[in-house]
Formats: sequence, C-alpha cells, structure tokens
Amino acid sequence: MFLGKIGNLRRWVVRMIRSDGTHAAIFLIPSLVGVTIFFFLPFGIGFYYSLVDTPIDGKFVGIRNYVDLLGNNSFRRAIWNTFLFTVLCVPINMLLSLLLASLLNGRVFGQRWFRIAFLSPLVIPVASIVLIWQIFFDLNGILNHWLNAWGMASKDWMEGGSALYIAIMIYVWKNVGYNMLLFLAGLQNIPIDHYEAARIDGAGRWRQWRSITLVYLTPTTFFVFIMSIINSFKVFRETYMLAGPYPHPSLYMLQHFMNNMFQQLDYQKMTSAAFMMATVIVMLVMILFMVERRFSRWL
Amino acid sequence: MELIRRLRERKASIGSTIYKSLLTLLLLMLVVVIVFPIVITVTHSFMSPSEIKIELAPILGAKSDEENADSLVKMLSEGEYVRLHWVPFQVTLNAYYDILLRQPQFLFLFWNSMKMTIPIVAGQLIVSLLAGYAFSQLRFRLRESLFFAYIVVMLMPFQVTLVPNYIMANWMGLINSEWSIILPGIFSAFGVFLMRQFMQAVPYSYVEAARMDGAGHFTIMLTIVLPMCRSGMAALAVLAFIDHWNMVEQPLIFLKDAMKQPLSVYLSYINEGDIGIAFTASVLYMLPAILLMLYAEKELVEGVQLSGIKG
Repeated sequence: MFLGKIGNLRRWVVRMIRSDGTHAAIFLIPSLVGVTIFFFLPFGIGFYYSLVDTPIDGKFVGIRNYVDLLGNNSFRRAIWNTFLFTVLCVPINMLLSLLLASLLNGRVFGQRWFRIAFLSPLVIPVASIVLIWQIFFDLNGILNHWLNAWGMASKDWMEGGSALYIAIMIYVWKNVGYNMLLFLAGLQNIPIDHYEAARIDGAGRWRQWRSITLVYLTPTTFFVFIMSIINSFKVFRETYMLAGPYPHPSLYMLQHFMNNMFQQLDYQKMTSAAFMMATVIVMLVMILFMVERRFSRWL
Repeated sequence: MELIRRLRERKASIGSTIYKSLLTLLLLMLVVVIVFPIVITVTHSFMSPSEIKIELAPILGAKSDEENADSLVKMLSEGEYVRLHWVPFQVTLNAYYDILLRQPQFLFLFWNSMKMTIPIVAGQLIVSLLAGYAFSQLRFRLRESLFFAYIVVMLMPFQVTLVPNYIMANWMGLINSEWSIILPGIFSAFGVFLMRQFMQAVPYSYVEAARMDGAGHFTIMLTIVLPMCRSGMAALAVLAFIDHWNMVEQPLIFLKDAMKQPLSVYLSYINEGDIGIAFTASVLYMLPAILLMLYAEKELVEGVQLSGIKG
C-alpha cells in the first residue's frame, strides 16, 4: 500500500520531469526573467504612473491623465501623424520590395551583388546618413540648387508639408532592401512545378501570380508587415536628428511627444501616451493573429 | 524541322538575354540611387577636412578658415548652395591618420561600441535559441498567449517603456554602467520571435523520433535543431549586430559619462568643428557591419529561406 503510493509518486515525478511543460519552463526561464524585468514589469509600472497624479507618493486619479491627454492638441496631432505615416509608408514599402523581389528573382545578372547593394543602407551609421540628407534637403542644399537652376524658388524642405514625404522616402530607402530579401526568399521557396502545372492547365500569367505566388507569399507577407511596422517606429531616430525635437507639425510623431514629455519630466502624460499606443499595438497584433489564422498556419 | 526548332530556340534565348540585360540595367540605376549616400560618404572620407568644410559651408552657416583655401574656395563656394562633388580635389588619408593615430578618443569609443555590441549579440543568440526552442518544439499551456505577449513587446517603440526602464535601471544600480544597455539588449523579444520562426521549419516528427529514442530536449536542441538553424542564427547575429551597433537613444539616456558612450552616439553629435572627419569616422564605423554583412550575406538569405516564415 505504502510502497504503491511511493511508486505512484515516483511515476508522477518522472512524468512531470519528462513533460513538455517542465522543459518549456527550463528553456524559457532565461528569456522570461529578462523580458519580465526589462519589458513586462516596466510596462506595469508605467501603467501605474499613468493612473496617479505624481510619480512619488501619487494620488490615484483614475483615467484623468488620459482625459487630459486626449484634450491635448499636440498629442492628437502626434497620434494622427503617426497613424498617417504608418498607413502610408508600410504599404509603399511592401509593394516596392515585392516588386523589386519579383524583378530580381532569377532573371538578372549578378543577383548576389544586387542583394548586397540593396541591403547596404542598413549598415550606414545614422549620423552620416543624416548629414547627407541634410546636404540634399537643406535650404541651401543640392535640391534647391537644382530647382534654382531651373528657375524655381527654393524652399526649406524639412520645414514644410514635404517633411512627411521626406521621412517616408528615408524609411523606404532604408528598409526596402531587407524586405526585398524576405520576399525574395519567399519567392524562391515556391516549387517551380506549380507554375508548370498551372501553365499546362491554361492559366495565364496574372492568374498564376494570383493563385500561386500570392498564396505562397502570404506567410512572408505577414512577417514583412510586422517588420515594416517595427521599422516605421525606428525612422524616428533619423527624423529627430534631421528636424530636432520640434519639427514641422506634419512630422510631429508620438515618439517626439513622448521624448519631449520625458525631457519635461511630465511622466504622467508620457506613460499615458505610452499605454495608449501599446493598446493600439495590442489590438493590431490581435487583428493580425486573427487574419493570419484564417490564411495559413504561420503561427 | 530540326533546324527551325533550333533557330526558334536560339531566338528565344537571345530575347531572354536582352530582357535580362535590360532588367539588370534598370536595377542598376536603382542601385545607384540606393548606394549614393554610401558612395558620398566613402569619397568624402578621402577629402581633407578643410575641403569638406568649404563644401558644406552653405548648410553649416559657418565661414570656413580661408587662409589655406585659395583656388578651392573659388571652385566650391561660389554660390549660396552646396555643390556636392564626388571626387576629392586631392585624395588624402589625413583624416584617417588623424582619427586612428592622433585622436585616441575615437578608438576608445569604438572599443566601447564593441564592448556593448558583442555581449548583446552573443547573449541574445543563447537566450533566443533556448526560448525559440520552447516556443517552436514544446507543447505547453499559455504558449500562444505568451508568444502573443512577446510580439506585442517586440512592436513597442523604445519610448513606451523609457521612464519605468530608467527607474528599474536606477533601482538595480545600472545607470552609467554598460550593463544598462547590454542586459535589455540580450533579452530582446525580436530575437526570440526570429528564432522561433526559423525553428518552426524543423519538422516536429524529427523531435518526436529523437524523443522516442530517449534523447533529452537539450540534446535534441543541440544536435538536431541547432544544425538545421545555423543560417538562421547567422541571420539573427547580423541583424542584432547592425541594430545595436547603431543605437543612439539608449546610451544617451542610460550612460551619463561621455567616455562610456559608444561611437554611434559620438558620431550623431559630432560638432561643426569636427565635420571634416565625420565622413571618415563613419566609414571606419560601418566597416565591421559591412564586413559582417558580406561575410554572412548568404546565410542571411538562406536563413530567411529556410525559416518558418514559409508556413
């Protein structure tokens, strides 16, 4: 009886040790501890700050910080600009990189060198790149020099509605290569016999592209989409250095807002803004997960 | 008949060669636009600092020291606009000499960058390998929700957790130590995400079969999954290196001491007096990243190709 119980216990322990769950815990612990300390926990603390009136011994004020924030004009502008920027630059970047990948797929000389050339913007230090954009778009820069030679008036490109488009251009310039690489890999994974079979069945080029290429590229597209969004947040570094903490209103992003709140030590506004942005991101990822489930078994 | 067939084939192959050449030409023009900033950076790195200062005077707004610039001034600063010139009037290695031998702080800051980037890349590879294995090959409760949380963290811009992160670092006594940069870098959610995608390509049946034979998960990870994901690891290493090699915001906030900053921060805040060596410093600074990319470019493609992103 007693021995039987011990036997049961032993078997239970062995099963626990050999179970996937236990192993998952062991494999995940390093990452989980780190991510908790440096991301989850700070995030929780940030949420707490967004609910009190001052960071040290603050009084609980509920959603007042959020209400204040929504009434703040520069915050509303920052939200709108960030939204506009993302909505414009992500699809542009994805379409261009898909086009490039299709052009590059198998039918050019020296594909390897093209790949390297298109990837090269990733490695240039931001500082020298900013200097070069400045040479181009400054009031006394090259672009104005050309325009002047054509008899047109010069203008300060970073100080006008064009600033947003310059930022988009910088983003595309920097990221089109990497996304092209992802699409290229996706294209090269499509078995060629699929196309042959389709041709035999009488499918035209467009039909082949739609029913084979596009379907096979769906998982890659999700991946590229996620990468594009991450990278769209990173362009901030370039725009900040080009245009400073208070750029032309059309370029004032959420990151500018948060950065400036940080400088002004206004942690309530900053953390509320951060939390709102995070909520939007969570919703975005949820939609992404749902759409993705429907299309493939990518996750 | 045979002849006609051959002729037709040849015609087709000529046609495709022309098509190929035209396409290559088109892409070449695009490449010129893409690599233009790099070319400018490299050619300017061989100019003398005074040549650069004169050239850029219109946008810097500062009058250059004109005693050593007679004919050069005439050629370059006639108008109010910048006139970019590709080829140096005189090729000189002065700036390189200056940076490498006469200004010790440059090499010192370069070393700072190394000291932070290499531990980040190494640590991130190990942590991501382990976590990626769990997410891709093990079945456990909360797997999906946890991975969801990782994706959310990954998409978050740096500014979102800036204040609490600062407080945490302060609380752990990490402010002004390079660990305040290294530790968050090691535990990047992006690395885990990427490794999981790569490992997704390893068929679950392999792992199952090895389990049947009595192999432990650790052995399986090292002997089956890791060799299959080697190019994925290389891809992650390159991406992580490039990302952290060029970081600016985190060091600025977490490191108070100017002599602890990585070179990327110094380059970003290079003052107008030093603008003459900015390009040379940039070239030297991007050299490791370029070499790494050239070396691992094949892996970068293969890694992506083999990865789980193919579904």
